Amino acid sequence: MTAGITTTDVAGIVPVLPRGVRLHFDESRRQWFLLGPERVFEPDEMAVEILQRIDGVRSVEAIVQDLAMTFEADRDEIAADVMAFLRGLADQRMIDL
Amino acid sequence: MSDVETLSQTTPARLGLPPPMGLLAELTHRCSLRCPYCSNPLELDRRSAELVTADWKRLINEAAALGVLHIYFSGGEPMLRRDIAELVAHAHDAGLYTNMITSGVGFQPAVLDAVTEAGLDHIQLSMQAVDAGTCDRVAGYAGAWERKHEAAAAVARLGLRLTVNAVVHRENVDQIPAFVELAEEWGAARIEIAHVQYYGWGLVNRARLMPTRRQVETAMADVEAARSRTAGRLVIDCVLPDYYARYPKACMGGWGARLMNITPTGRALPCHAAETIAGLVFDNVRDASLSEIWYRGAAFNAFRGTDWMQEPCRSCARKELDFGGCRCQAMALAGDASATDPACSLSPLHREIVALAEAEAASERSDFIYRSYQGV
Repeated sequence: MTAGITTTDVAGIVPVLPRGVRLHFDESRRQWFLLGPERVFEPDEMAVEILQRIDGVRSVEAIVQDLAMTFEADRDEIAADVMAFLRGLADQRMIDL
Repeated sequence: MSDVETLSQTTPARLGLPPPMGLLAELTHRCSLRCPYCSNPLELDRRSAELVTADWKRLINEAAALGVLHIYFSGGEPMLRRDIAELVAHAHDAGLYTNMITSGVGFQPAVLDAVTEAGLDHIQLSMQAVDAGTCDRVAGYAGAWERKHEAAAAVARLGLRLTVNAVVHRENVDQIPAFVELAEEWGAARIEIAHVQYYGWGLVNRARLMPTRRQVETAMADVEAARSRTAGRLVIDCVLPDYYARYPKACMGGWGARLMNITPTGRALPCHAAETIAGLVFDNVRDASLSEIWYRGAAFNAFRGTDWMQEPCRSCARKELDFGGCRCQAMALAGDASATDPACSLSPLHREIVALAEAEAASERSDFIYRSYQGV
């Protein structure tokens, strides 16, 4: 998987947080949560960076490029990680791809 | 970088006592249906004694400040409350994830539009059987099946995130594949297949509801087959029956660890059956704040941690995994809330309980004792 995700693969995919899934910052714990039906996920820092960039407009490629620039990281590595992350959430109906 | 595996579901194993994750708001015990396994107590609260709108709004504010993430509007039928949309809006504005646990029966269609407009995140619709005959008989209400289908159509039209809740027992456990197909047909993202748990009304009707061991095994295989068939489209959660199990359920994720349950009249419970435990004293939200009740309330602290345990739990390697099972089931079956849950194979009562379940599952069918305000 890591070597095979090209710009064209992910340019057309626009991830969306569906109705019924929310990224929520809890003040009492000072922590982000991804909330869905009977689900409470604690995203780590990088997961929060990804989730915050999902706006129903930006493509996976746009998000990947933004992250690669922000964290001065390798684009291909980021792309593989982001897609694996999003696919895992999509399998649990926490995100639409 | 992260991946999904690092996004573990939250556990309460942190330093100190974390705040509750969820608040179950039982707004009313009123309901059109009379299901013989209802989780409400045998003695139901009257409408005249229910908390009023201002009480619930204050409670919602306290819950959000305390760190509650999910609020579950439940009952009875929560949509019978005239202030339901107002309460959903209030919880939504407080930042809570709002869930509606409904029968789909007894309220006007406009109420569903109103709670959607108010910001409802998720609706869970119960279904008693896939066929109208069994559905209406289990619900004790002629026309329930048809009302539920209408409610499901309205939910789809409104675009709400839907969970189908199927409570299964000896009379409908063979319908699991059909329940899953119904959930797909309705556009649900999730289905919860919950075997009856035997407390309150369920305990009264245990012999009428208990599945055979073979039915339970088939049910587990049906769930696994459905999971692979619908992977990525439908989330299938299953609440297992524990009389035939080797180890008990980790009830509530630990006593006083994750959830608070508020009854229609404001009693704060660690779980909906906690009032069956003799000797526990429950705070009322009219007299104390949610925070005081959660951190310092006697009932919430009664079975926290492991110090209260007896043998064989005390020296068991699994004591932090399943917490000795369910305190209410220990009370009901062993007569002692701090005993090992007899659903556990290490309990001295386990063989007796399994034999009882097998005998009841093989018994002749008889009429349900329906939930009612008259009690049993």
